[in-house]
This record gives sequence, C-alpha cells and structure tokens, in this order.
Amino acid sequence: MSTRSYAAADSATMLRRNLRHALRYPSMTVSVVGMPIIMLLLFVDVFGGAMSVSLASASTHGATYIDYVVPGILVMTVGSGSMPTAVAVCTDMAEGIVARLRTMAISRASILTGHVVGAMIQTMLSVGLVIAVSLLLGFRPTADPAEWIAAITVLALFALALTWLAVALGLVTKTPEAASNVVMPLFLLPFISSAFVPLATMPSEVRWFAEYQPFTSIIDTLRGLLSGAPIGNSAVIAIAWCIAIALAGYLWARSVFDRGPVR
Amino acid sequence: MTPISIPALTAVGLRKAFGPQVVLDDIDLEVPAATVFSLLGPNGAGKTTMVQILSTLIPADAGHAFVGGHDLRREPDLVRAAIGVTGQFSAVDNLLTGQENLILMADLHHLDRRVGRRRVAELLDRFDLVEAAKNTAATYSGGMRRRLDLAMTLVGDPSIIFLDEPTTGLDPRSRRRVWQIIGELVAGGVTIFLTTQHLEEADQLADRIAVLDQGKLVAQGTAGQLKALVPGGHVRLQFADVSGLQSAARSLGAVPRRDDRLELQVPNDGSVRSLKALLDRLAADSIEVEGFSVHTPDLDDVFLAVTGHPRHEEVTIP
Repeated sequence: MSTRSYAAADSATMLRRNLRHALRYPSMTVSVVGMPIIMLLLFVDVFGGAMSVSLASASTHGATYIDYVVPGILVMTVGSGSMPTAVAVCTDMAEGIVARLRTMAISRASILTGHVVGAMIQTMLSVGLVIAVSLLLGFRPTADPAEWIAAITVLALFALALTWLAVALGLVTKTPEAASNVVMPLFLLPFISSAFVPLATMPSEVRWFAEYQPFTSIIDTLRGLLSGAPIGNSAVIAIAWCIAIALAGYLWARSVFDRGPVR
Repeated sequence: MTPISIPALTAVGLRKAFGPQVVLDDIDLEVPAATVFSLLGPNGAGKTTMVQILSTLIPADAGHAFVGGHDLRREPDLVRAAIGVTGQFSAVDNLLTGQENLILMADLHHLDRRVGRRRVAELLDRFDLVEAAKNTAATYSGGMRRRLDLAMTLVGDPSIIFLDEPTTGLDPRSRRRVWQIIGELVAGGVTIFLTTQHLEEADQLADRIAVLDQGKLVAQGTAGQLKALVPGGHVRLQFADVSGLQSAARSLGAVPRRDDRLELQVPNDGSVRSLKALLDRLAADSIEVEGFSVHTPDLDDVFLAVTGHPRHEEVTIP
C-alpha cells in the first residue's frame, strides 16, 4: 500500500538525509574534488611541457595539452566520486540505521535511491567545479551549446553507472575501509586509458587493454565533443558501457539489498 | 487492565536455522494486547533472532506469526506500520542531530510537517533530550542514545513495540528511566515485546515471561508462576577458608558455584524448621560459618531450575 505511493516522498527524505551528511562532513567530498584538481595542476603545470612534446609526436590535431587532458580529468572526477558513495552505503549498513528503516513501512528502494541521487548531485557539482578550474587554467573548448549538453549528458550517464556500481560495492563490503579500497580501480583505470597520453605511445599489450576498457571510449567521446577531435564509434561504445555498468550495478545492488540485513 | 481478546502477537511453530545451527526451534507464543511480554535468556539464546523475525527483518524458515493482526509473511508492510523497534540491531543516525533523527522519522511516517515538528518537540521534551537536540547523535552517551532510539520508535505511534535488550550497557539510573518509560507506554495501551538477560528487569516489567534457552522455550508464565516452579529458595553460606567450605560442601552434599568464592548455596525453603535443621547439621559437624543469608526464590533460581544449568554470566543488578 503505502510503499508505492510514498516512494518519491521517501526518496526525497533519504536524499535530504544524505546531502545533510555530505554537508556536515565535507572532508570526503572535498578530497574527491581536490584529487582531480591536483591531477589537473600536476599534469598541466608540472608535466605539461614534457606531455606536449609527446603529444606533438602523436597525431592529436595540434591541441594544447590542457585541451587534451581535461576530458580525462573530468572522467576521473566521476570515478573518484564513487568512493564516498561506497563508503556511505557501507557505513549505513554497518551502523544499523538501515535495519531500523527496514522495519518501517517505507519504500525500501528509497534507501538506495536516496544514495544514488545524492551521489549524482555531488558528482555533477564536482564536475562543474573541475570544469571551472580548468577554464581558469587555460582550457579552451571548441564545443557549441549542443555539444556541451551532450558532453554533460555523457558524464551524467557515466556518473549514474559508477554510482550504482559503488552502491553495490558498498553493500557487499563489510567495513568502510574495505569499501574505500574496493573502488580504488575506478580511480586508477584512467591512468591506463587515453586520459593522459595517446594510446599510440603505449606498449602494445597495455595499449590493447587501454583501448578496450570503458574509460577510453568515454574520454574519447568527451574529447570529441569538447575539442573537436574525431569521435568515430567511441560514442556508441561509451553509451553501451554506461548502460551496461549502470544496469549491472543496479541489479547487483538490488539483489544484495533485498537479500536482507544478515550478511 | 484486563487484556482484550485479540492477541497483539501470535507465533506458531517458528523455526530458524543459520546453516547447521538451529537458532529457534518450534517457538509458540501469544502476547495479549497492552501487556509486557518478556523473552528472557542468556546471550546467544536466540532472542535477537526472534525479534528480527517478528519485526519483518528476516524470514522464518517455518511457522506462522501474526503481529498486530497481520500475517507476517503475507502482509509485512501492514505489520511494519503497526510496530516500532528499538534494540541492539536498531540504531540512530550518528551523523544527524537528535532532532534531525526524529524529524527523519516523522518524514518517513509522512506526518504533516507541522504535526511532525510538534511531535518531535514533545518527544525531545519527554525523553530529556531538549538540551542535546542540536548535537549529533555521535556525541551522545549510551543512555541518551537509547532514549533517542526509543523516541524515534515512538514517532510513528506504534501499537506494538519490540525492545531488544533496551537496558544492556546502561547505568542504573538510565535503566530506571527506561523502565519508567516502558511503564508509561503500557499504561497508554501499547504492547511491549521485551527481550532481556536481566532477570530483575523481566520480574519488574513483564506480565508474562518466557524463558528461551538454546533456541527452545523452556518455560512460560507470570513471574509468580515461574517462581512457583522452584520449590523453594536457598541459603547462602560464607566461610572463612577453603577447608571450611570443603567440609561444609561434603557435609551438605552441595557443590560450590564458583571456586574463587568461599561461598555455598544450599536449597532451602526458608522456614524456621528447615533453617534450624541446616544449622544443626553444620554445628554437628563443627563447621564454622562466617556469613549466612536466606534467599526467597527469584528468577535466577527459575532459570537454573528450567534450564538445568546456571546462567552463562553473572549480571550485576543495581
């Protein structure tokens, strides 16, 4: 009865709760935004010179290095946003407040939905902040408004995918520490992708992995939308990856959550 | 108050096992409305599992239960709407303030905003949390947390409340306060399902007590009925040294309960006649007794009598 009709109201309540958590304890959120910004500064201002040289040797249409690296940094921002999500979900489950919620006549899905929507808002705010900082540092995208909207949509879709994955990982890990470790690959994968250097500069085995892992297709799509590099079939692959990861994460999270409180 | 005819809670043949370990074995229960029912047992007896099943958290492997008139298996949402749970596994949100925790509950019960705020203010007042209302629950003491937990349970005006060891870990004063609150709730018509390992707590609060031991109900009844199961009380004898203790143990055929205490418990109904017989016996064997006290039967004796073994741990009772 009440379960269905109140799903939206309950999700909004849970969202308010999660946002309040994030505002009250911003350290995790700050480090999530801080990390990509540090990477941006590091790669543009410290390694930038060397990177431009290697960039020039690979054919990248004469873009400056910052224009090349920002799409990678944006995807990294989305990736690092999964850490607080996994930790928050895991903490919730460990502290037993969720056990209380499970004994109440509320929409059960709202507990997860609240986390997902809250995480999406935080991640997209981080993305906005990183874009602003990169513009200040000299990022000069060529995108028109339609391309901007497409780029933001791709980022949002990717954020949705990684958030559901992070929720599932938060549900299956037993401690917040484990939860923060288990999402580490999402943070490291951009390094073995086209984020920082063109694939052509990598040894062939690494290049094979980099070419087919999800981050590369998403980064290439963003790069095409923002800086006019050729996209090819990257966009289709990127969207397919996002939908596949989102669906797998969602189904995994739901099945773990519905299994009950005893783990 | 005479309980009304429809029971608040009925369970028939409940069974639960985790892997090969049977945690609850064929449990039958009936709790009349507006009464306090206490499930008494040591750690690991299955009390929390029982509460988890009856509060819809985990399914039973077999058996049926009706809570608030609704089938646990088929109408879990109607059961959830009728109950409130406070306990070991239930909790507060540590990152929110006391007030925010209560407002969260009011919102999830879909109370009108104004009604919800008023209810939150009332509960903060009633549970002595007004001063701490703006502090996060993480800073609360054990007693405050338990009061907040209980207050959160009451936001939705449940007709049946599960309290899973509500006073475990509380200091005597906080414990008294929780007892007082439970009394007020029952007077207001709420049914309480209380689990405890404190015999005194069950004795003080419960209309009916069931003793759970290793997954089985070994006794059920009022405190008086259970005490009647034990024929009498006991006499506690204290000795100055080990040799005194040993010769008394030999003479009376009793086994010391604890090796580190020079103490002996001897069954005795406390009548002048039987006390005299006991003292005469000790005098005849010229055994020096240093201390001597008579105990009428309490639930400890009941527990010993119905389970055949002493409780797993000593409990200090205020």
